[in-house]
Amino acid sequence: MKITFDWLQDHLKTNLKEKHLLEQLTNIGLEVESVDSLSADNELFKIAKIVKTEKHPNADRLKVCDVDVGEKEFKKVICGAANARKGLITIYAPPGATIPKTKTKLAVSKIRGVTSYGMLCSESELDLSNESEGITELSTKYEKNIGKKFFSKSKSNLIDLSITPNRPDCLGVRGIARDLVASGFGKLLELKEKKIKSTTKQTLKVKINREKNQGCTAFGSCLITNVKNTESPRWLKDKLISVGQKPISAIVDITNYVMLDINRPLHAYDADKIEKGIIVRSSNSGEKFTALDNKNYKLEKGMCVISDQKGVLGLGGIIGGTRSGTELDTKNILLESAYFEPRSIRNTSKKLNLDTDAKFRFERGIDPSSIEDGLNKAALLIKDICGGEISKIDIQRIETSKIKTIKFDPNLFEKITGFKISIKEIFKILEDLGFKIKKEKKNLKLTIPTWRPDISQEIDIVEELVRITGYDKIKIIDPNKERTKSTLTQSQKLFHFLQRAIASKGYLEAITWSFTNSNYNDHFKDKNKEIKIVNPISSDLGVLRNSIFSNLIMYMNKNLDRGFKDLSIFEIGPVFTGSNPGEQNTVVCGLSVGKKSRLSWIERERNVDVFDVKRDVVQTLVEAGYNSNNFFIDNETPNYYHPGKSGRLFLNRDKDKVVAYFGEIHPNILKKIDLKTESLVGFEILIDNLKLPKKTLNDQKTKFEVSDYQKSERDFAFIVAKEVKAQDLINAISKVDQKLISNINVFDIYEGENIPENKKSIAISLTIQSTEKTLNDNDLENINDLIIKTVESKTGAKIRS
Amino acid sequence: MSDLKKIRDEFILKLNGKLDFSEIDQIKSDLFGKNGLISSQFKKIRTMVESERKKFASDLNVIKDELQDLINSKINEIENAEINKKLDKEKIDITLPERPFVRGKIHPVSQTIDEISSIFSEIGFSVEEGPDVENEYNNFTALNTPDNHPARDMHDTFYLDEKKQKLLRTHTSPVQIRTMLKDKPPFKIIAPGRTYRSDSDQTHAPMFHQVEGLHIDKNINMGHLKGCLNYLIKEFFEVDKIKMRFRPSHFPFTEPSAEVDIGYEMKDGKIIIGEGNQWLEILGCGMVHPNVLKNVKVDPAKFQGYAFGIGIDRLAMLKYGINDLRAFFDCDYRWLNHFGFDPLDVPTNYRGLSR
Repeated sequence: MKITFDWLQDHLKTNLKEKHLLEQLTNIGLEVESVDSLSADNELFKIAKIVKTEKHPNADRLKVCDVDVGEKEFKKVICGAANARKGLITIYAPPGATIPKTKTKLAVSKIRGVTSYGMLCSESELDLSNESEGITELSTKYEKNIGKKFFSKSKSNLIDLSITPNRPDCLGVRGIARDLVASGFGKLLELKEKKIKSTTKQTLKVKINREKNQGCTAFGSCLITNVKNTESPRWLKDKLISVGQKPISAIVDITNYVMLDINRPLHAYDADKIEKGIIVRSSNSGEKFTALDNKNYKLEKGMCVISDQKGVLGLGGIIGGTRSGTELDTKNILLESAYFEPRSIRNTSKKLNLDTDAKFRFERGIDPSSIEDGLNKAALLIKDICGGEISKIDIQRIETSKIKTIKFDPNLFEKITGFKISIKEIFKILEDLGFKIKKEKKNLKLTIPTWRPDISQEIDIVEELVRITGYDKIKIIDPNKERTKSTLTQSQKLFHFLQRAIASKGYLEAITWSFTNSNYNDHFKDKNKEIKIVNPISSDLGVLRNSIFSNLIMYMNKNLDRGFKDLSIFEIGPVFTGSNPGEQNTVVCGLSVGKKSRLSWIERERNVDVFDVKRDVVQTLVEAGYNSNNFFIDNETPNYYHPGKSGRLFLNRDKDKVVAYFGEIHPNILKKIDLKTESLVGFEILIDNLKLPKKTLNDQKTKFEVSDYQKSERDFAFIVAKEVKAQDLINAISKVDQKLISNINVFDIYEGENIPENKKSIAISLTIQSTEKTLNDNDLENINDLIIKTVESKTGAKIRS
Repeated sequence: MSDLKKIRDEFILKLNGKLDFSEIDQIKSDLFGKNGLISSQFKKIRTMVESERKKFASDLNVIKDELQDLINSKINEIENAEINKKLDKEKIDITLPERPFVRGKIHPVSQTIDEISSIFSEIGFSVEEGPDVENEYNNFTALNTPDNHPARDMHDTFYLDEKKQKLLRTHTSPVQIRTMLKDKPPFKIIAPGRTYRSDSDQTHAPMFHQVEGLHIDKNINMGHLKGCLNYLIKEFFEVDKIKMRFRPSHFPFTEPSAEVDIGYEMKDGKIIIGEGNQWLEILGCGMVHPNVLKNVKVDPAKFQGYAFGIGIDRLAMLKYGINDLRAFFDCDYRWLNHFGFDPLDVPTNYRGLSR
């Protein structure tokens, strides 16, 4: 909402200055978004006429225009707008002027070899509207003003307020003035409203159909006959321009002025184009009309339309139609001032994707009792400026608006805000805001002003009072440093632990979107279904990610393009398995590319490999408190991993839930996304599948028991079939005697000479030690034999002699 | 000159010269060998007359010890010289690089979440979470934002179905609803997490992070809200003084509602929080609307309290001087390395947020 201090002073009397005004507006919740000085600079903008256009010799889209700016010689101006044409009256900015929108200062400049003296401006460049298509088109009435200033000298700055959606009343200058006055900023001026004194009847019949979901509950109107539509007088034009509106014609300007002044949207019809009266009704499916924005709309069933015998004239409260629009030659006007239901307005405008000033106001709720005020004010202005005869006001209603009252307990104020104000202050503030107050014992019975649809319960009154009194009056109460519940749950602790554990292994943490490109997602969705976003921000961010890999690999590729070769990144976050709330899992996902120790003077470089990521996963889980002796690993992994060089990890042999996958990324994927590196490995830790370590750190520290008896270190080499897994051997050995055998380690794998085909040799070292005695040769021999026998029988291995 | 003195003088002279191990061995054998000069003198003792024997033996022992010590120290000297010579040969260029290591980093958003959690932990808040995909009810309706409420326009929502029933949460506020439906008051929680709006330009990303705060108990009023946020901002920016301004605003799920600005000034292109006369909006808050409490079956006559929502990314930008929001999610290795934190830098209550 744009206002000026000047305009505000139509409604309030104050000695305070604009500086105070800006502070006060923000303090009472009418946030000042920006203040623009309509400086002397704006006086440079002139009304001008294009007298000739020629194609630019060096550019297809540009034109060289001769522009009449009221001086002896025409100005040569280069213009790229499609609508720049001979005879067009528009707005000219000379060199030296600053364009309001871009804040750029113009200079004489050569454009493709032709010198341009100034610029022809679009409405958007002048902050008049959002219209940036083409240059401003002024009506022919401006012909006599060529060379004159477009903006008049304004004394007061343009103040842009951000009005919250609960305050439709502040979409009019008067509402803002009322709030200011309640907060002590001057005195509200009484409106010197004149009323229409007429004896002629409004002869156009208006009927509101009583039907289900009728969006219009009241329709006021009056006829103004024999008017002469004209250019608005200077004061009115200046007023509109001062808040960034473009003057059009007196009738349109007046309806705009009344809307901005008292937040009462109106609509003016050319009465002669209405066929036998107005019918306000629900639209039929497929009805069509051309709106004042020159677009054709096809309506759905149930939209609130203003119609006549021939069809739709306009969408009530949203936009009028071209068929009944007023023009310069309009003689008889029907002026509409109606009440439309916010819900109906919102439904219709959303379906048609239509946004107008009237819609913006009606959907927030217009004062239903302003119907007459609006008609009086506008009709009398029209008569003043355009002449003509005004009829009596006709108001059709299918519902009378109810006066709302609420009970308010003044004690609630202190309960909510923590500080007190006197009953006297409460009375003053509420009365200034337009409430009527009756004392009922301890409570106040409040009659809510008709312009405040946002107020319906006691808490709304507390808000009004504290807002006007000032939030600075709220006293700070220091927080209580007491904790009754632990800050993080076990699973949250685990999340944070894993995050930092992975980072500590050389991975940089990344955060990427939860959505991704479906092309990338396809590579990593495995057996999951694709989850589409109905309205994605762009087609390459169209699906929720089934795996973090999709994003990580895409960004990894970008980093490789930047010339980095050896990178490790990870992300911890959600992946999605369905489109219902809760169908998501938290995953830590990491990727490593390139080499270890590339170009090192001291260490041999090598490609990162699956055992690097396996270490990162296992070490992280061990650090998190899981016992690696129980881990069970097999190679059934999702299809985006290399089928031979990847694994999945369970916390134990029960294979209850997979807690991690790791391995090389499938070479086909690298080829398809054109990722070039020596090696690409990754892992996923599925946090939600990790059983929470039950024990506290305290519980984890069991009794300290070590043996000082002599220990014996033994090596074994077994020949096994190629498919036999090291894990099976280790498991078999550890089960022989968990008390005596420890530190089982694979130290060599060998295939080739001296080993039969399809076999391999696995060499294992281990420690044998008792906690009770020193084992003698005999004991050791027995254990040795038992180990060999067990391994041989369980895995089909043969000890290598 | 006695024989003894002659021997002593001769060998002391020899031992003070430059010698190697073999020469010392020779001397040792010359003196103390089976027929060595000193050994021979000892043999003499037996044949001496009583009156001379004692003195001779004493003199001989003194000379013997003297020579022996000298020999030992000579050996030591040579050994040291040899070791030093060897070590000198082993000298390396110690300025050569150490064995390669890699360093991981924590993303500034994660670090900021941990900082905020640590601050709220101190004043008794616990952390709650909710899903990224929400239903329309939790995200809007339960939060007093019914369908057709213009406030819904302020949230550009990503939907997952045509009926607009399932969506990506536009704020962390639905966690309020989930928390209150699940438990009984009092509630004192924060809920950090990802949030989504279909808005993308220089200063908006389609995904960003918020932390929600909710404190519901008997008699929690706006003074508590002010105190809590004042504490948060002071602790977070690690400054003693903070300029803070509460402005009336409107959110459907709180009433009265406020937006909070903090004072700042620019010094050498850097934002200094807590000084100056410029205001920066950092969060929205208010007293939880009675309609919201009713929706989650909490009696607003008995319980009341406040809620707030803060943009985490924005806080991180302000604290760490990061200019570009989009870069948070761009995964540029150089950026992650530059703005990331060492994993050992865990913000805690006892050691503070920063080193």
